[in-house]
Amino acid sequence: MNSEDRRPAGGDPRNHRTGSDGQERAVRADGGTDSDIEATIRENDPALITYVTAGDPSLEDTKAYVEALDRGGADLIELGLPFSEPIAEGPTIQAAINRALEAGTTPDGFFDLVDDLETEAPLLVMTYYNMVLQYGPEADVRPFVERAAEVGLSGIIVPDLPAEEADPLRAACDEHGLDLVFIVAPTTEGERLETIMSQVSGFAYVQARLGTTGARGDVSTATHESLQRLADYDVPKAVGFGVSEGDHATEIVEAGADGVIVGSALIDIIADSDDTAEGVDRLEAKATELKAGAVRGTGDGRPDPDAPEPEHP
Amino acid sequence: MSTDDRDADPTFGDYGGQYVPEALMPALQELEDAYERYVLENEDGFMDEFRERLREFGGRPTPLQRADRLSERYDREIYLKREDLLHGGAHKLNNALGQVLLAKYMGKERIVAETGAGQHGTATAMAAAHLEMPCEIYMGRTDVNRQRPNVYRMRMNGAEVNPVDAGSATLKEAINETMRDWATTVENTHYVIGSIVGPHPFPKLVRDFQAVIGQETREQIQEQAGRLPDSVIACAGGGSNTMGTFHAFVDDEESAELRSTDDSSGQSPREHVGLYAVEAGGSSLEIDEENALAPNSATLSTGTDGVLHGAMTKLLQSGDGQIMESHSVSAGLDYAGVGPELSHLVETGRVTPVSVGDEAALNGFHRLSRLEGIIPALETSHAFGYLEESHGDLGDLIVVNVSGRGDKDLETVLEETEKRDLEAAPDVEVFDGE
Repeated sequence: MNSEDRRPAGGDPRNHRTGSDGQERAVRADGGTDSDIEATIRENDPALITYVTAGDPSLEDTKAYVEALDRGGADLIELGLPFSEPIAEGPTIQAAINRALEAGTTPDGFFDLVDDLETEAPLLVMTYYNMVLQYGPEADVRPFVERAAEVGLSGIIVPDLPAEEADPLRAACDEHGLDLVFIVAPTTEGERLETIMSQVSGFAYVQARLGTTGARGDVSTATHESLQRLADYDVPKAVGFGVSEGDHATEIVEAGADGVIVGSALIDIIADSDDTAEGVDRLEAKATELKAGAVRGTGDGRPDPDAPEPEHP
Repeated sequence: MSTDDRDADPTFGDYGGQYVPEALMPALQELEDAYERYVLENEDGFMDEFRERLREFGGRPTPLQRADRLSERYDREIYLKREDLLHGGAHKLNNALGQVLLAKYMGKERIVAETGAGQHGTATAMAAAHLEMPCEIYMGRTDVNRQRPNVYRMRMNGAEVNPVDAGSATLKEAINETMRDWATTVENTHYVIGSIVGPHPFPKLVRDFQAVIGQETREQIQEQAGRLPDSVIACAGGGSNTMGTFHAFVDDEESAELRSTDDSSGQSPREHVGLYAVEAGGSSLEIDEENALAPNSATLSTGTDGVLHGAMTKLLQSGDGQIMESHSVSAGLDYAGVGPELSHLVETGRVTPVSVGDEAALNGFHRLSRLEGIIPALETSHAFGYLEESHGDLGDLIVVNVSGRGDKDLETVLEETEKRDLEAAPDVEVFDGE
């Protein structure tokens, strides 16, 4: 089935992805669906979205860590493809990216890892635009997207690619059935918000506060304001930048988010663990804590909100 | 071809654009708006105030000096545009003063900036002190160590200097860190970017503030030599002095296309002015692909298209897209990117990219110091290295932009000279044993 079959010419094709039964979501050649991501968040609301940098400290370890997060309850997993100039990242993820690059992580190694992973959670790649452009003989986004689709990635997040510059990548993603996730910042308002929300697919990545990524001790008031601005848009909203504790996840979901995104707090665990086995155990426990925290925020009794949190180091 | 594109187009041909985190996009829109109103339309007399401050505080116009001994040496007319005589000792003040003033007009309360060799940092610190704006400067640790006099000067003017330890701890890392600061403080802070790099509208904004160099040069050479030069030479790192010097000459191109345009408009054909961007060839133009190391900073000559620091431009990068560590004996040229407008002008053939290595630049430094009594910045010294090598191909009337003075580089020059047997150098051992 080609892209024309999946995406109706008129109207926003994204409106056609409804329900978890896949009836309105076309099936890709590899068995995946047109928007695994949006469906996954809606089915698992509130969803836990986790980030780790691929290749930190090695691609082998990343495989073990991703599988641990999957077991622990992550509903979507973002994998960072390291770029040498990560201007949107704070010190924690910068350091992880440096470790990954020092370990010799390449785009091909990254794609092979993804190809090798078997997770329940759909996988997204998070990387910078130059990495997307350079995968292939010329500066062109298509070879990257083709390969991403081939290994089963469901979406792409490019933090230095604003909606204004995204046409080539969006076209390639549409062609291959990948979601292109955009970030909504605390400074995004008015017409820009309209523009971004009309182009979002999968989910809107709500940046909880100004600045760069990194675990924080609290939930910013900017989160509440951003979620209020987005309340009328029928797209799943997931909040990231600074989330590190189950309680943060609770607060974010209470504020109206459909998902919480956690990265730096997981990288800290990877960096602090003595060996891979310890890292695996702690990541699984952390994912369980975060997921339980998010679920508590719904207050609708789906899972038991009073269930004790699992032990974690 | 004209680059006097006074519109909202964020690109130069295939280059330019706005590749930044979403949080910064509203600030770029605000800056575009301010650029159009204040810089292009002179709203509230902004440009009048800018020019007045450049005269009174900056010391403009700077002279165009005939270099008698260089002219004799090369048997042709050599003129020097003396940006080293601008307040602060480099062309950088043109842009720093313009942007800090613009930030004031925009109601911003704080300035951040990156700096490589320190000249942009000192210029920004001076402008900020002059205009009463709090100011923080990010500088790679390597550059802090090799440019100490400039660090002192920034602090004297009340700026905070934040060393950056990441990567090779040079200009590229300083830009990353300043962008991170800006992404956190964007609501009240303006980022005074130091070259014609970065997302739109910075490349146009910085070029317009620097264009005064070429405008003065054009008038002065016609007055002093009676015609336009055959060649204009400027060193290129990010490219702000390069583009500032070239901008007024970009249309002076004797091409079939222009001749036909000129015929139809009834004007006479233009003289052709060759434009030469001299990059840092470092120790070699060969790239170490495996270790992602470029032993040079010759982006225009050897780079490939990609996105760095907010713009599509030419870059020193690996096949996978990782940005390489560049090298130059000159901190101010040590950068793996270059301005998108220069990439475009090189791609269309209007600007000729050339390069000279560390050694030729050091010889250029000593030659100019001894022959003309001008101690040039190591950046500028590359232009004089190129003049020595290629004057025979550059016509009879040549202008070289002296982008800055070399006081800041004396320690580096002594150290690097000692390692080499340089024909133009004095005996540097006597500096130690007095």
